[in-house]
Amino acid sequence: MATSIHPTSPTSPQPTFRAGLRAGIPVAIGYIPIAIAFGLLAQSFNLPNAITLSMSFLIFAGASQFITVQLLMAGSMYWEIILTTFILNSRHFLMSASLSQRIESTSRRLLATIAFGVTDETFSIASTRQEARSGMFVLGLNTIAFLAWNVGTWMGVFLAFGLPSTLQASMGIALYAMFIGLLVPSLTTRPVFVVASLAIIIQAILHWVITPFFSISDGIRIIVATVVAAGFGAFLFKEEEVT
Amino acid sequence: MISLFLLVLGLALVTYLPRLVPLLWLKELALPAYMKRFLSFIPYAVLASLIFPGVLSSTTTTSSALFGGVVATFLALLRVNLVVVVIGAVFGVYAFQTI
Repeated sequence: MATSIHPTSPTSPQPTFRAGLRAGIPVAIGYIPIAIAFGLLAQSFNLPNAITLSMSFLIFAGASQFITVQLLMAGSMYWEIILTTFILNSRHFLMSASLSQRIESTSRRLLATIAFGVTDETFSIASTRQEARSGMFVLGLNTIAFLAWNVGTWMGVFLAFGLPSTLQASMGIALYAMFIGLLVPSLTTRPVFVVASLAIIIQAILHWVITPFFSISDGIRIIVATVVAAGFGAFLFKEEEVT
Repeated sequence: MISLFLLVLGLALVTYLPRLVPLLWLKELALPAYMKRFLSFIPYAVLASLIFPGVLSSTTTTSSALFGGVVATFLALLRVNLVVVVIGAVFGVYAFQTI
């Protein structure tokens, strides 16, 4: 395996940035339809365009943007939405922690810029490519993913008028299909399977047994089920490596 | 509108912080083993909690939503690309509702 991380010389960061852009093309292609679905979903709920577009520009986290729209429409409180998003995105903490060990660049401004673009997909590329030791490579990767996510959102928001309402209504499943597509392939190890099943059982109990007597909002149920299931996992599987 | 924009700013902040803190200050954060295990389970626990029972009310009818969920699970088991899972489920629901 070549140990050289720069295609040319370490003093010229441009080729590495471009290599990152190229490495991010599969992620960008994958983001566009999901971002279109997000734009369409927000449109079907009549969320103001400026809000939808600024979410993709400022937040740049697919799952939490979808869940925010769903929770807003379910009438959740803002603090519940913020707490749900924080818990949902705490997984990026682990990814950034892993990246911090790989990336050799030390510029804090560069690291702070890279941090904004850490997603499940960009991380999966960055953690499997040798070139990701260069901060500029990761920056290129994150940049193309960010551009695709925003272009897709604009397309979704402004295409929505031309689409039949039944197709727009079908977009609600997109988020859940994405979650299922992320979760199901990970269910191959016993700890992960047990934790995911536990979360579903807790959700079912909270939803059908507790809520009829004592009202609990969607956001709170998600937080309680997540923390309890992950906590049990950490307690039950002391010996095993999770991933 | 203003309050919605403030919400977006709040969400941007709580999304950026977990991404930023480890990249800038990891050396000062020595997490205990149980905390690492807890954090490593979070993605799976949160995905499962988000999917169920939320998926059942994601479209106009429970039956079409359930059908979409089954299509997504089937495609995910086949290990196809995430985009195929998403598009397949959307068209599954669309077909279910129009046929």
